[in-house]
Amino acid sequence: MLCDNCGKNEAEVHLTHIEDNEMKTVHLCPSCAAEKGLDAGSAGKNLPLTDFLAQMGQAALSDEEATIAGPCSYCHTTVDDFRRSGRLGCPHCYSIYETQLRAILRRIHGSTHHLGKVYVPPASAAADQSARLVGLRRKLQRAVEAEDFERAAVIRDQIRELEAAIDV
Amino acid sequence: MIPFDLTSMPDFGLGWLDASGPYSDVVLSTRVRIARNLQGYPFSVRAKPSDRAAILAAVREVLDHSIPLADGVIVEIDRLGKREQEILLERHLVSRELTGKPGSATHSSAALVASNHEPIGLMVNEEDHLRLQSLMSGFNPRETWQTVDALDEELGSELPYAFHHEFGHLTSCPTNCGTGLRASVLIHLPGLVLTKEINKVLQGISQVGLTFRGLYGEGSEVIGNLFQVSNQTTLGKSEEDLIDHLQKIVAQVVDYEQQARSVLLRDAPNVIEDKVWRAYGLLRHARALAFDEMMNLLSGVRLGLSLKLLLGPSVYVLNRTMVFGQNAHLEESSDGALSASELDIQRANYVRMALAEAEPSAGA
Repeated sequence: MLCDNCGKNEAEVHLTHIEDNEMKTVHLCPSCAAEKGLDAGSAGKNLPLTDFLAQMGQAALSDEEATIAGPCSYCHTTVDDFRRSGRLGCPHCYSIYETQLRAILRRIHGSTHHLGKVYVPPASAAADQSARLVGLRRKLQRAVEAEDFERAAVIRDQIRELEAAIDV
Repeated sequence: MIPFDLTSMPDFGLGWLDASGPYSDVVLSTRVRIARNLQGYPFSVRAKPSDRAAILAAVREVLDHSIPLADGVIVEIDRLGKREQEILLERHLVSRELTGKPGSATHSSAALVASNHEPIGLMVNEEDHLRLQSLMSGFNPRETWQTVDALDEELGSELPYAFHHEFGHLTSCPTNCGTGLRASVLIHLPGLVLTKEINKVLQGISQVGLTFRGLYGEGSEVIGNLFQVSNQTTLGKSEEDLIDHLQKIVAQVVDYEQQARSVLLRDAPNVIEDKVWRAYGLLRHARALAFDEMMNLLSGVRLGLSLKLLLGPSVYVLNRTMVFGQNAHLEESSDGALSASELDIQRANYVRMALAEAEPSAGA
């Protein structure tokens, strides 16, 4: 299929969107796509978001704020890196750019608060066995709730084994 | 863990093809993935080869005694040939992010973990450290989610995830943070396309927090009347709410689609019957088929099956043809690289053979 724009090269970027109540697909070759600000390599991937984040980054940050925030002391990601790629560099970035991210998350998700499962991390090596026991019991409960009795039986055996080991 | 070999596992990761799931005449498959990152490492975009190797090693250790992935295989992507990588892509088992863009090298320690028998697996060192995923036949968001959740519980109880008290699970891209959950269905909507109701429906779903894409995900084109519908946001709602919402809205879309099909059958039975049999005739006899053409014709036959205008081939045969009629699969079966025109000829050969084995009879 040839590019909708130049009609010369093979189209590699296919962008489907809704415009005036109509679903439209535009087929572009990499060079026309690049001209229109679409990265051909990622075939449209992340485009709306990168644009959106760039706008957000500018709206959420005055230049002064931008220089105050970051770079991340752990992975050295700067505001500019984030604006350009739409990606953060490490978990620590969420603390460094917390204020800006809160505004961005509200725009993307309509919320900043995680309401899903609360994650309980594995305990450190010191309390290893009893923590593992707690984890296994939690897993057992979920397996029973999901009526996955085969898996529950395996977990139950692991619990017994561990309990015996701790008793000794 | 068993060694990976595509030739000994020709249907690797293709359990969903059997059309055994609910509403599988309209919804081809349901996919759920969740994004997770490990504490103490930068995200993939900043990770050094040593970080990536350490992450893969940590995953490997847990998988040695994994219950959900007891018969899983770990496939390191850079040890595969380009064609094998493309085959996994065509099966939607890995993403372009994981294999690397065409022409560029694959990142080290990028891996797929998958089971040959269970619809569960994960990608390691993708955009996020871990992308847990499950792909099931038909319209089945709840069970698909529970399958991924069981693996998440197991991995999370041994590997410390990056988790924030307010933002939830932390992901490289803020569009995925919180639950990290993306649930999607691949849905066949020829009725809504033919009755020109599709734009209204697509606009409707985008107003209620869902989004649609083409067959190959983000940025891809809609072909063969196949739409991928998924949740747009991942933060501020529980996993159950996200799944229930998708379930509810997609059930409505399925209902609209079925209404549209009844309208077509009532108002234009001869036109539809002709369209279906023409599609079948072309697939059964064409000597060259482009991929898009094949997909559009398969859509016609799929519609005909669902309306009982023809009584075969089975939905399974159509699903299988859709996967094995893609370029890398065709090259694999003909044992060599093919030019574009050779691919179209090979595709037509493959489709003729697949349909000949399942010769239908005329329906009611």
